[in-house]
Amino acid sequence: MNWYEFLVQNRGEVWARSVEHIGLVAASMGIALAIGLPLGIAIVRRTVLRRWVIGTANVVQTIPSLALFGFLIPVPWIGGVGASTAIFALALYALLPILSNTSTGIAEVDPAVVEAARGMGMTPQQVLWQVQLPLAAPVLLAGIRVATVLCIGIATIAAAIGAGGLGVFIFRGVAMVNNSVILAGAIPAAFLAIAADVALGIFERRVARK
Amino acid sequence: MTSLTDGNKDDYAVEFRSASYRLPAGPSIISGLNLNISAGETLVLLGRSGSGKTTVLKLINRLLEPTEGEVLISGRSSASWDPIELRRGIGYVIQDAGLFPHWTVERNIGLVPKLDRWPKVKIQARVREMLSLVGLPPEQFAERHPSGLSGGQKQRVGVARALAADPPILLMDEPFAALDPITRADLQREFRALAKRLQKTIVFVTHDVREALFVATRIALLSQGRLVGVYAPAEFLKAKEPEIHEFVASLDGGGLPEEAP
Repeated sequence: MNWYEFLVQNRGEVWARSVEHIGLVAASMGIALAIGLPLGIAIVRRTVLRRWVIGTANVVQTIPSLALFGFLIPVPWIGGVGASTAIFALALYALLPILSNTSTGIAEVDPAVVEAARGMGMTPQQVLWQVQLPLAAPVLLAGIRVATVLCIGIATIAAAIGAGGLGVFIFRGVAMVNNSVILAGAIPAAFLAIAADVALGIFERRVARK
Repeated sequence: MTSLTDGNKDDYAVEFRSASYRLPAGPSIISGLNLNISAGETLVLLGRSGSGKTTVLKLINRLLEPTEGEVLISGRSSASWDPIELRRGIGYVIQDAGLFPHWTVERNIGLVPKLDRWPKVKIQARVREMLSLVGLPPEQFAERHPSGLSGGQKQRVGVARALAADPPILLMDEPFAALDPITRADLQREFRALAKRLQKTIVFVTHDVREALFVATRIALLSQGRLVGVYAPAEFLKAKEPEIHEFVASLDGGGLPEEAP
């Protein structure tokens, strides 16, 4: 039986795992955005803090994902076997691209424009929402796109700690030494990543053109 | 609420009282500046790069605050003004125009009226009036984005934006410095006519002595953060101070540009 036949025969489970996979990514991206956007904005002007925050996020990024999942299992509250640990770990990975793109995107807005905005009597909030964020939007969205694609990939490993998702097929296939089963997980996961990349890329270009 | 136009008639529009500005743990940018700017005059701050001209402007609209002394706007210390309210009453034009690239010309010009919550119809009419004032046909320019404008057109929009809410004071930071010589001469001429007509208090920063002589009612020369002297253009040419003499000498016998007073 090749991978395609396996996929069609088990389409119910493939579908359920895909939904699970998307759920993991959506939840972790939600957390990463809720933390990364405000934090990225807050550190724009604080150079020392910015170096520390981005440095820390960089270090997290270098931890192999399987190891990070493993580390988190014994941690109280967030740890344990299951989806919540995986979501926490994925959010950590997504944080770096969101943080760094948010803060560099805003920092790179033409200083003359920001100065004009302040000089004309816009409040700091108005400068942020009406000038800095719209002008930083393409860079910011690029960060979100990178983070999403990264999360979709790493989420396959979350199956190792019982979080479900398309990785379940991959680990099962490895255990069974059955390529068809591995591919039934790997190919939909790759498809999800490409689809997210293309869709967010289109959105990014539409925003940039404005 | 008081506004910039409510000041006592005897007050200067802008008054520097021993104002200094120094960076934290750094050198003084401005030291002990005493300078009175009367309502309706065009005062040019002339000086070389790094002389502190732009800092003086930013002390007026409180983008910076004096570390010593004080700056009075309409007779009231800038520190006692709400900075946002103060800035909305002071037009600001900078070298690269600083137009918002994601907004149309119309929205750029309508910025301060919108912030001040003017009704939509009134803003629209005002934007059109301002575009005509700076010589840009509204039907041709209102919907464009800044990226589709030439340098001179951007500066015109910058001036229109600064004047839109009819502020009594206008600050201009080397507004024409980045333009080609012909466009610059055009804009200087139009600006001078406009300044005469509008009777605003204008503080104009430049490093170009010809431009200073052409647009100023008085010229204040700054050198290394200190005020060297304040003269009307005709007296400026005869002033004794060596710093002023250097500037005048740089005119290499050309004297005043044509159309000078």
